Amino acid sequence: MSTAKKTTETKEVKKAAAKAPAAKADKAERTKMEIRLTGSGGQGVILATIILAEAGIEAGKYVAQSQAYGPEARGGSCKAEVIIDEKPIGFTKVEKPTFFMALTQKALDQYAPGLSKHCIVLLDSSLETPECLLANKVYKAPILESAIKEVGKAMTANIVAVGAINAILNLVSDEDLHTAVMSHVPKGTEELNEKALKVGMKLIKK
Amino acid sequence: MASELIDKYMRPEHLPHIWCPGCGNGIIMRDVAQAIENLGLDHDKVVIVSGIGCSSRAAGYMDFNTIHTTHGRAIAFATGIKLANPELNVIVLAGDGDISAIGGNHLIHAARRNIGITVVVFNNNIYGMTGGQYSPTTPRGEKGTTAPYGNIDRSFDIAGLAYGAGASFAARGSAYHVQQTISYIQQGISHKGFSIIDVAAICPTYYGRKNKKGSAVDMMKYQRDNAVMQDKAVTMTAEELKGKVIIGVLAQVNYPEFTKEYQKIIDRLGREAEEREHR
Amino acid sequence: MGKTVLMQGNEAVVEGAIAAGMRFYAGYPITPSTEIAEQSAVRLPQVGGKFIQMEDEISSMAATIGASAAGVKAMTASSGPGFSLKQENLGYACITEIPCVVVDVQRSGPSTGLPTSPSQADVMQAKWGTHGDHPVIALSPSSVRETYDLIIRAFNLAEKYRTPVIFLMDEIVGHLREGIEIPDPKDLEIINRPVKKFAKQNGLPYHVEEGEWVPTMLPFGQGQRYHITGLAHGESGFPTNDNATAGKLVRRLIDKVEKNYDDIVQCEEVMCDDADVAVVCFGGTARAAQSAIEQAREKGIKAGMFRPITIWPFPSRELEALSKKVKKIVVAEHNDGQILLEVQRVVKNNCKVDFVGKIDGSVLTPPVILSKIEEE
Repeated sequence: MSTAKKTTETKEVKKAAAKAPAAKADKAERTKMEIRLTGSGGQGVILATIILAEAGIEAGKYVAQSQAYGPEARGGSCKAEVIIDEKPIGFTKVEKPTFFMALTQKALDQYAPGLSKHCIVLLDSSLETPECLLANKVYKAPILESAIKEVGKAMTANIVAVGAINAILNLVSDEDLHTAVMSHVPKGTEELNEKALKVGMKLIKK
Repeated sequence: MASELIDKYMRPEHLPHIWCPGCGNGIIMRDVAQAIENLGLDHDKVVIVSGIGCSSRAAGYMDFNTIHTTHGRAIAFATGIKLANPELNVIVLAGDGDISAIGGNHLIHAARRNIGITVVVFNNNIYGMTGGQYSPTTPRGEKGTTAPYGNIDRSFDIAGLAYGAGASFAARGSAYHVQQTISYIQQGISHKGFSIIDVAAICPTYYGRKNKKGSAVDMMKYQRDNAVMQDKAVTMTAEELKGKVIIGVLAQVNYPEFTKEYQKIIDRLGREAEEREHR
Repeated sequence: MGKTVLMQGNEAVVEGAIAAGMRFYAGYPITPSTEIAEQSAVRLPQVGGKFIQMEDEISSMAATIGASAAGVKAMTASSGPGFSLKQENLGYACITEIPCVVVDVQRSGPSTGLPTSPSQADVMQAKWGTHGDHPVIALSPSSVRETYDLIIRAFNLAEKYRTPVIFLMDEIVGHLREGIEIPDPKDLEIINRPVKKFAKQNGLPYHVEEGEWVPTMLPFGQGQRYHITGLAHGESGFPTNDNATAGKLVRRLIDKVEKNYDDIVQCEEVMCDDADVAVVCFGGTARAAQSAIEQAREKGIKAGMFRPITIWPFPSRELEALSKKVKKIVVAEHNDGQILLEVQRVVKNNCKVDFVGKIDGSVLTPPVILSKIEEE
């Protein structure tokens, strides 16, 4: 047990040195991805961002995953985000999405006005594209329908989506993505989710 | 005998106690010490936990591991102590207000959980420490400083309440019925599970004076003359039981005890981890 | 250092706490801290520890203190409404000097407020929530990795100074997932409470040697009997009405924290050496401030960040020194100005103090802080 330090000297303060601001060229190369996935509660969009974050770590990147939700466990709009960057992440919330996905019309209508022309958008085929939607590119894919008809379980839509997202963004290798999915799905559902992942990857034509 | 008991189980340097002349608390505190003596418990493995109120001061007078906690929360502190170290004999000493008003929630949940602690209630039907306000066990119609026109609340039967909530041992004693009360406390401590002994105390200073019950001796005589044993009480109507002091074991049942059940989980997880390692 | 794993802030609380030696948790479910209870329920029995879901917040605090009195490192966690309910027993832990860690994952209030939305409005409750004069140590992390390290420090300080330590988190960090490398247990500094047998049975459990602040502590059941009470007490541990004894006790309780400022207080300065403007912020807000000062630097404004890691005691000395170097301080926090009061008290007229806060449950963003930095 140490006694009180009697010294009045200035103690050591954790200091981060003044860094020169990143050079302009450097900044252009910076590939910060701000991913926002939306849908309704229970569709598993939070888990989808967790898996993407896990995949980001597998790829040796910095990640920050978070979510916003209401009091409902099922239904209600749900927004989940993940930032993937080469450098340590400051602000942990998505400000300007570089990638956006919506699985429900309600979520799309709510979040579409915040998108910019640099954003890549993935929409479930069942959704109507709002006129105001600004985007670099819009993909439409039958995520919900494929989960039901091809995989055989509506609950796997989030894993189908993860497969599709990686096919669009090329975040990580298929193996790393597979590992990330397997580490987050319940025991006994591995085969089903493996199938969902493959179905999702095929939804996007390379 | 009494002085031997005092030397062995009390802290004479902290006596005399703060209780009024004629108070029943001293008798009940002695009953607890006698029960511990009869059981031959290891001094150092006994923890006395109390809350706030006249009776809660007993913890400071008794020579064990003693902790005088906050109002109503003795059972909650005791739960932490018992779960952290199930080897300890944990005994809660509490008043009627402490245990059934502010601490009522902890009482019913500890009973439901069936955690192996023993609660001895010093039930004097009044808030003594604050000067005579009516408590959850003040009989209907009787007076307190906050029931100047007579209490219109119905009163709790603490032993019955605990039993209803799942206590596996519940008994009632009184300040007058020393031998029986010692025996019930002994049975409660030996019992594997949550046990409660609701002991009718006497408060001549506030409850007695407010309600014209006479001297401390008169109040003791009342307990003697109006006692009904549990066996007999079950055959009597509510009307016949009015004003009676019921003595006896209300219930003794065997349910799984909480800390033992928790240990089973720890052991199972340990075995599973070992098996995984050997695989 | 091992492999990088993805971990939530609330999970890091539990993993760090177990690394620090936590073997008891008592709690009650409340958003946004529930994952701490859930993870404790899973993890504690795996390491031989105990988890109990109590009937309410009050009993969770009581059981935590009880377990610690029995010699086990103990923790409870909650959010605003539950933290309010814990306050009486928190004061009990202060006066009886029973170590424990209390996590408050702050959410928007008052009352039930916005249960899933971030806030940092329990700063003053952490200091003054329980009645009476008393010591407070409160720590606040701003990343998942720091959460892991800082909860270990919370246990170390609780044990070393025999006092409850408040771990003041916010929803931003509590529900944030980041990649962290779990340190090797052998690289960790773990402090245990000073245990010593008294000279005699029923000796002086609250006796403190000359020049020391903290009495030694023997857990219940280890062969020496003594008394613990929330009443004012002397070295014997027994209640007293003597004013001098009571005053001496409260003075020592406060002094053991205040006089060990150098050992307890931690803060971080980022790009402050040449700064004209410093953003003062803590917890999850620091992440927005970090981005804001980087953006300010890109615009040619010399901005820095001053972050108290120890919220209580407040890092007054370091901030005072900084306030003599900068032209302006911007206080940014998710409340209506609580750390602001401390900053104003410390800074006086050394420099200008501006404020940017949030009280609607939304998150302070870098552009909002940046515009405050830019303001003339």
